[in-house]
Amino acid sequence: MSVTASEVETPLPPARARKAYGARKTLSVGNWIIIALGAVFFITPLVMTGIFSLWEGGSKYGWSAYGMMLTAPGFWSSLFLSLRLGVETMILTAVLLVPAMIFVHLKAPKLKPLFEFISNLPFVIPAVALIAGLTTVYTGPAWLISTPNYLVIPYFFLCLPYTFRSLEVGLGTLDVRTLTEAGQSLGGGWGQIIFLVILPNLRTALVGAVLLIMTTVIGEFTFASVLLFHNFAVFINDTGQNAITEAAALSLFAFLLTWVFMLGVLITSRRGAATVGGAH
Amino acid sequence: MSQTGNTVAPQPAAFGGPSAPRVAASADKGGLSGWLGRTIPWIFVGLFLLFVLAFLVAPTAVLIVQTFIGDKGFTLSYFTGLWDYQYRVAFENSLILGVASAITGLIGGFLLAYASLQPGAPSILRTIVTSFSAVAANFAGVPLAFAFISTLGSLGFVTIMLKHLGINIYGMGFSLYSLTGMTITFAYFQIPLMLIIITPAIQGLRAQWREASDGLGATSWQYWRLVGLPILTPSLLGGFLLLFGSAFSAYATPYALTDGNIALVTIDISNVLSGNVMSDPQVGAALSTGMILIMAVVLVIYSLVSRYAARWRR
Repeated sequence: MSVTASEVETPLPPARARKAYGARKTLSVGNWIIIALGAVFFITPLVMTGIFSLWEGGSKYGWSAYGMMLTAPGFWSSLFLSLRLGVETMILTAVLLVPAMIFVHLKAPKLKPLFEFISNLPFVIPAVALIAGLTTVYTGPAWLISTPNYLVIPYFFLCLPYTFRSLEVGLGTLDVRTLTEAGQSLGGGWGQIIFLVILPNLRTALVGAVLLIMTTVIGEFTFASVLLFHNFAVFINDTGQNAITEAAALSLFAFLLTWVFMLGVLITSRRGAATVGGAH
Repeated sequence: MSQTGNTVAPQPAAFGGPSAPRVAASADKGGLSGWLGRTIPWIFVGLFLLFVLAFLVAPTAVLIVQTFIGDKGFTLSYFTGLWDYQYRVAFENSLILGVASAITGLIGGFLLAYASLQPGAPSILRTIVTSFSAVAANFAGVPLAFAFISTLGSLGFVTIMLKHLGINIYGMGFSLYSLTGMTITFAYFQIPLMLIIITPAIQGLRAQWREASDGLGATSWQYWRLVGLPILTPSLLGGFLLLFGSAFSAYATPYALTDGNIALVTIDISNVLSGNVMSDPQVGAALSTGMILIMAVVLVIYSLVSRYAARWRR
């Protein structure tokens, strides 16, 4: 990138090289070009989607697509369904994963490699393959598979690699054993130790996990579409079949939602490191 | 729980050796509470493992069994059926898409990360790049597909603008609904994904190494060929494999982009599942098993590579 033809052909004398290194206070032209190209690639689709959403046919532009979007049957119900599924996935993670991981750290470090292995499984088993398996094994009971709540099971696994990583980092920085011994020697029971000692110290990891779950579940299409449940992404896709400008408006709205959740992740994560969810 | 955040801070020094026997004694105490204290942890660990077994391992195992067990016992016919033209094309397309979009993401992500991490880059630029990457890496599926349809679709604004300038990209053979178009669309999350993965590795390149090589009279090219790239190779390879996996198993974006009219393994599986095509459930199982096998190989290589990469991160 910063390699120019002259630099390759003629070796720099050491003195000049040192000077050039020390003097590198501003970005080179090559680097600015890379950043400019990147900006064009990433901003253009958003701008075009914005223009498209304002298009009213011919050369007319206006906000009607947004009005139609907000009043469209299915907009609010599918958005609320996706939000509800996100909350339910959070609850399932809080009940199943969080205590299990705390106890593994505390009582059975030997099981850590097994948990690590399990957390990678959803990466190996693509979403469509998991649906194929789930629909083969579970043809009932109706209370389980016939309501959208069924989606919470695959969503738990979809988020697992990321929730696991987030909690693992959080638990890794804590001395769980010492905290627990401290709690026990002060006469605390398991409930008190977990709710008053460990969980408060895991706040950052938990908030990160929660926001990642919301981002992933809000954008999830595969499971809902194949299992015929009308979540938000399925609603956007259905809208796009006959109202493409409305779909553009919805896409921008979805981008803003992702932005809000990821901004939350960036603000809460201490190291400022970005994390990545699934559902591509 | 947030109000009590700082009530108990970790104090390792105060709980060294002497506390250990006391804790052991309290754990050994009999009665109901002692029994509960010993059992509850295992109940939670067991619940999690049971859940994984029931809803992740069992469904996968059933797929593999279905692939290899027919009416008359063990059979390879379903698995070898994957070499039939129709499914071979789907696998080829999925592999091409995975590799092409991973290479795009690798190059784009590396260049952008490198440019924005230069010592001379304004810190505001770095903040913008990092936070935008976090959003874009998670912006995928249906909304992403529509964003690109609005841009480069047959009625997209860029397509129409180019047409006014006399450049008919669709006339020149481009299509957003092809593997090329999909690779461009996937770049929208692959490049930021790579940027996020590679940033720590680039930050790990110590300034002293560059100074040492400059001091010894090395050119920029020699520095990258002999020092920079060899150190980054494991991280780049690891990133490549993750990007490959995310594109190879992608379903939502290609489905929304092409309305399901493209030969990819994921789309084929969903067509079998939803009964859009007449075929045995075993075909869906065999396709899934094929995908799982490929992803398992990718993960094994990835874990070997990341173990190697860890050597440089101390």
